[in-house]
Amino acid sequence: MHTRNLLSIKDLTRVEAFELLDTAHELSRITDGAIKKLPTLRGRTVVNLFFEDSTRTRLSFEAAAKRLSADVINFSAKGSSVSKGESLKDTAQTLEAMGAELIIIRHGASGSAQRLAESGWIKAHVVNAGDGTHEHPTQALLDAFTIRSHFPAHKTDFQGLRIGIVGDILHSRVARSDALLLTMLGAKVTLIAPPTLIPIGVESWPVNVSYSLDEEIPALDAVMMLRVQSERMDDAFFPTEREYSRDYGLTTERLRALKKSAIIMHPGPMNRGLEISAASADSEQSVILEQVANGVVVRMAVLYLLMGGAPIPTEGVLV
Amino acid sequence: MRNNDFLLKNAVLADGVAVDVEVRSDRISRISPGITSELPNIDVKGNYLLPGLVDLHTHLREPGKENSETIATGSRAAVIGGYTAVSAMANTSPVADTAGVVEQVARLGKAAGLCDVYPIGAVTVGLKGDSLSEISAMAQSAARVRIFSDDGNCVSDPLLMRRALEYVKTFGGVIAQHAQEPKLTAGAQMNEGAVSSRLGLKGWPAVAEESIIARDILMAHYVQSRLHICHLTTKGGVELVRWAKSQGISVTAEVTPHHLLLTDDLAEGYDPIYKVNPPLRTQADVDALRTGLADGTIDIVATDHAPHPSEDKDCEWAAAAFGMVGLETALSVVVQSLIKTGLMSWPTLVNRMSTTPAKIAGYEDHYGIEIGSFANFIVVDPNAEWKVNRNQLHSRSNNTPFAEMVLPATVVHTFYRGVHVVRDGQLTGMKYE
Repeated sequence: MHTRNLLSIKDLTRVEAFELLDTAHELSRITDGAIKKLPTLRGRTVVNLFFEDSTRTRLSFEAAAKRLSADVINFSAKGSSVSKGESLKDTAQTLEAMGAELIIIRHGASGSAQRLAESGWIKAHVVNAGDGTHEHPTQALLDAFTIRSHFPAHKTDFQGLRIGIVGDILHSRVARSDALLLTMLGAKVTLIAPPTLIPIGVESWPVNVSYSLDEEIPALDAVMMLRVQSERMDDAFFPTEREYSRDYGLTTERLRALKKSAIIMHPGPMNRGLEISAASADSEQSVILEQVANGVVVRMAVLYLLMGGAPIPTEGVLV
Repeated sequence: MRNNDFLLKNAVLADGVAVDVEVRSDRISRISPGITSELPNIDVKGNYLLPGLVDLHTHLREPGKENSETIATGSRAAVIGGYTAVSAMANTSPVADTAGVVEQVARLGKAAGLCDVYPIGAVTVGLKGDSLSEISAMAQSAARVRIFSDDGNCVSDPLLMRRALEYVKTFGGVIAQHAQEPKLTAGAQMNEGAVSSRLGLKGWPAVAEESIIARDILMAHYVQSRLHICHLTTKGGVELVRWAKSQGISVTAEVTPHHLLLTDDLAEGYDPIYKVNPPLRTQADVDALRTGLADGTIDIVATDHAPHPSEDKDCEWAAAAFGMVGLETALSVVVQSLIKTGLMSWPTLVNRMSTTPAKIAGYEDHYGIEIGSFANFIVVDPNAEWKVNRNQLHSRSNNTPFAEMVLPATVVHTFYRGVHVVRDGQLTGMKYE
């Protein structure tokens, strides 16, 4: 890859994105057996710098780094010097002074990963693990990986695939990264939400927009349900949870309208009964747990490619 | 002792007329071509002689935030930029909402002695928007405050705004409104549009500014008072002011240099040097602001000079402070945006940056270059260019968005009440006492 950081899907070319997915596939094949661990990043230090609670993303990155034999330092902002007013700059410089070569950052402020990487504060590689309402590129990569594994005919081109992203587009970093990546790979992406949850300026995105899930659902090959954050309720983005669920939830009726070949996705954690019914979440078409598993191998590929680890052995090696 | 009488030779007024100007006892004693005098001669070599610039919107941060700026350092930045009068915004700590604070600001301005520092008074106590501050006491104080503003906050309560507009009629004051509907802009970070949608930064819709402008125009008309709109930034706002003027409503408006040159796509790198309130808008807005300033819909340029220490900008966007310094670059940015583009002439620039702001505020010592008036004027080389160097600013803060830009026009000399405070672009160390 030409980039030394992964801050946004825009850091990747189409060719690089497919290469990254290929690398992830290779890593999954090798670590699928009894041997889970590769020595490629032995002696290298990776930091999980998490200013927001996100147990699943942090664990996924931690598992990815450990399977590549990297040393992992977890830094959670809560109860740390950050809550005493230490700045992002000082925190990052402190961690680099402790030997961090790559910093995985999750932060509530949009653009914080880019600031960390491009302000001259540190030299370490930076991976964006979700910045505010901006992007979450590794989530998009694991989504693409998951879609690809279910549509082998589209291994090198997503053209012809129709993907719906449903829900709170306005506040979703997953939606931004998914829209950029999946369209770059060739898919047709439709954002489906009430107008209150679609950003002003969305015309500049390479996507279609629809206010009706019922109209869109029969044509979709993949439907990505976004989590409804409870705080959105207080800001009058929609009248009630019940009304939202009725219009934009993946209900059991809508599950029946979905093509049998279509897959159901969710970045988690789910609100069962709100944006997705239990029947949909647990249906055979649901690939939500696969997404979690794929997250680890995709993040392994990201760390491996950014840090330029030793070549991947053809078979798993005991370390 | 006032031993600084002099004769300025070979000056050219904004309208192209070549003159010499004699200054005796702080005031202009003669203006005409070919004056000879025993006084020291200062040859300005055919450069423009313009009245000193007048700023109606300057954050000098003192009292309370002296790590960003003081009245003394802000005065230095002002005269380097060609300003001989600035208006100190009320959002200090304590807030300039009593006669005591505005008199202190005026006194510190006099002590600095480089330019006139006119305090602006807060409309509401503590800028809180709950109750009117003692406006009359500030007006009658030694500081003789005429402009009142809660700048930084909008006087969003319509009843309070009505009362403020009515109240200042007693002494011919003006309310300078920071037009920002607070509920539409809660947590807002940048202009709402294509760029904010991609960056995931909370949008600041144009309508949040325009709805307040529309409301207050109607209110000013209703109570027959004077309204001044601070830092207009949107095309729709320009159209509202244009309509108001066509109806004979007593409204004036200002635009900042940065909104005349910069656009919201600069936020793409998340560098908070471009974070400002109100936010940078789109090119269509910039074009409308330029046209509005040229045709007089927008009356004046005001800097909204807003110094911040580096730690408040060297951080993530959301954590950063809003604001940009502007005193030292304003003239050049306006020349770049309006004169280099052929939209405006030098005499109009003088009107927008000096005489009209002075008249809006009633700064009588700054009504222009006339015999008998105080010698508040500057010499500008319109053909020179300079590169903005963040580390060479005279403000205590260096949060300029124009760093490394090459801009036209330099301020060669600044004279304040006859004192040669800037010579060849450098502070002389002299001050008016």
